[in-house]
Amino acid sequence: MATLNDLKISEVKLSEGEGGKWGMVIDQDICTGCQACVAACAMENNISFVGEEDSGYGRSMHWIRIERFWEGEYPEVKMTPNQPMLCQQCGSAPCEPVCPAFATVHSQAEKLNLQVYNRCVGTRYCANNCPYQVRSFNWRDYKRPEPLANQLNPDVTVRRRGVMEKCTFCIQRIHKAQDQAKAEGREVMDGEFTTACAQACPANAITFGRTDDPRSLVSQLAKRRGHGAKHLEELGTLPNVTYFKGG
Amino acid sequence: MTDHKNHAEHAEAHLREKHLMLDPLPRGRMNEMVMESMRHITWKFWVVFGILAAISAYGLFYSWGVMIAEGLGVAGVNRPVYWGIFLVNTVFWIGISHAGTFISAILRVFKAEFRRPFTRAAELMTTFGLVQAGFSIFMHMGRVWLSYWLMPYPNQRLLWPNLHSPLSWDLLAITTYILGSTMYLFLPLIPDMAMARDRSTGWRKTLYKILALGFRGTEGEWTHLRNAMNIFAFAIIPVMFSVHTIVSWDFAAATRPGWSSTIFGPYFVIGALHSGMGAVITVLAIIRGTMKHMKYFIRPEHFDAIGKLMLIISMTWAYFFFNDYMVQWYGGDKWTKQLLHFHEAGPMGWMWFAMLVCNVVIPWAILWNPKWRSTPWLVSTVGIIINVGMWFERYIIVPISLTINRMPFTWRMYQPGIEIPLGIGTLAFFALLYMAASKLIPLIPVWEVQEGQMAHELKKFGRETVVTVSELE
Repeated sequence: MATLNDLKISEVKLSEGEGGKWGMVIDQDICTGCQACVAACAMENNISFVGEEDSGYGRSMHWIRIERFWEGEYPEVKMTPNQPMLCQQCGSAPCEPVCPAFATVHSQAEKLNLQVYNRCVGTRYCANNCPYQVRSFNWRDYKRPEPLANQLNPDVTVRRRGVMEKCTFCIQRIHKAQDQAKAEGREVMDGEFTTACAQACPANAITFGRTDDPRSLVSQLAKRRGHGAKHLEELGTLPNVTYFKGG
Repeated sequence: MTDHKNHAEHAEAHLREKHLMLDPLPRGRMNEMVMESMRHITWKFWVVFGILAAISAYGLFYSWGVMIAEGLGVAGVNRPVYWGIFLVNTVFWIGISHAGTFISAILRVFKAEFRRPFTRAAELMTTFGLVQAGFSIFMHMGRVWLSYWLMPYPNQRLLWPNLHSPLSWDLLAITTYILGSTMYLFLPLIPDMAMARDRSTGWRKTLYKILALGFRGTEGEWTHLRNAMNIFAFAIIPVMFSVHTIVSWDFAAATRPGWSSTIFGPYFVIGALHSGMGAVITVLAIIRGTMKHMKYFIRPEHFDAIGKLMLIISMTWAYFFFNDYMVQWYGGDKWTKQLLHFHEAGPMGWMWFAMLVCNVVIPWAILWNPKWRSTPWLVSTVGIIINVGMWFERYIIVPISLTINRMPFTWRMYQPGIEIPLGIGTLAFFALLYMAASKLIPLIPVWEVQEGQMAHELKKFGRETVVTVSELE
């Protein structure tokens, strides 16, 4: 079985004006369900600290969550593999056409679904229409207890109440890498940067990169493993996250 | 011979008692009756008015203020039920508003004579119901203070609303409907305003003077009024059908089990008429019971006629309900199947059964009988029950269907929070507006009643008494 170490990080070049098609591969077999990705994502993206009470009502805000199910009837229960679930960055996203204010839009450059926070008026139609249920809504303005207020990421907007938000594939990191590469007069390398969740994953279950380049790590992984599945593909959403399970 | 004569007189008296159109009063007397019904305000009116004002102030305005200040966290909406009672109430109030247009436009176009005394009472419901629908939809927004962004207005950044979104269609449809139906409410009001202007003093005179737009009753004025009313009566009908169809597309256009159903358009229109008719008959019974002289204008024949309509609409609703389930079940989607079972066997199954009892069983059991459906208190109770049932129907479509989605990890039941005082607040505000209007504008379109009475006549042909009518309009 191929491991990440067998694969060479190839030099993937992005041409000027093209953002590339970003994608992710998640290996459920090696995911330990440690929730490091959830914590890293919250820190990276300034996600509100909801607190105990509202979390108890199911209002906790995360852009990525680890899903886990029981199979069978008690006492013969079997746990399913952990399933990290985040925005699938659909190529044909159900959330986009339903927003009356154009706050949910498709970016031509990065081929991602963007949420324009300051255009959002909070109809929550996008969240209803998301088959993956990965959007989170700011039900209140939550206070950040000390010292959390001191670690806000300056590259990411802080959202207020009444606004929808969701995983961006750490678009601020994409842009930072692109800017850096441009300043140094070179192209962005594959593996030069990654998303917060992928970076934090101790098992390397999450891999991020360009899916339109066959030499990138994500593309090679997908090819080696050969049986990646996409969630709810039958809806025609063209998701950009591939899952491996039972390999 | 005398027996026959007595018999004929009896039949005639019976007909006159039964039908408003055959029981004319002098026009001056009738005008005075309507004026008195407006001027006559008892202490009971003020007590009810005060209570409703207090409920609206707390339930609607204060609670909404809290929600704006705190965020939607004070409400029960949550993942995955992002739309809760707010949307239930929006659909409910738009449904209520449909009956007004149905009665005054469709029955006018088809020249149904029984409509004459209560077209305005029904039209007022349309306007005030739409106000509550507007409240309900705006209060559900996360940042309501930015709702003007949904309007297409020119701006420096060339940002426009997204016309792919069913919510944008909705906004256009409802705005068209509220403007159209308000104008359609106002047009037949003009001659009555002129009547009221000529019979009142003080601030009322000033008010009616402005609202009557200088109407004097010349031939040219009547011609213009009739033309305008004809245009509106025909034009408002497609608007009415489109509004609730488009409301249904908010759900039908989404990729959700239980929502993406092609039958939703007509199903919602019939549902709207079902609840609207129930509301009209309830309001008529209240007006008849509480306002002066209304027993002359609103008679059992009117309850009988609306009762028949209610029965037919209930049957049509039952057909569409069955069809909706049939089509969705036949689709074979596994999530839809799960959802359909969740409807009747889930924790909210009692609501599903209650809906069927309220919308089908009770109306069918009572409205088939002409005597029962002519009894105002009984038929208006059925009207209230139908409205409860239709509210349940919308509750099943919105929060209960949202509970089940394709990601079982997120399934969660809906627990309403501040939605409850807000919903009660809209109900109280509706009643408050209606009460205020009942004392400010004539609820009975007097000129239309008089016109109908002039056209109708009892004539004797041999021994038989026949209701004759001169050419209608």
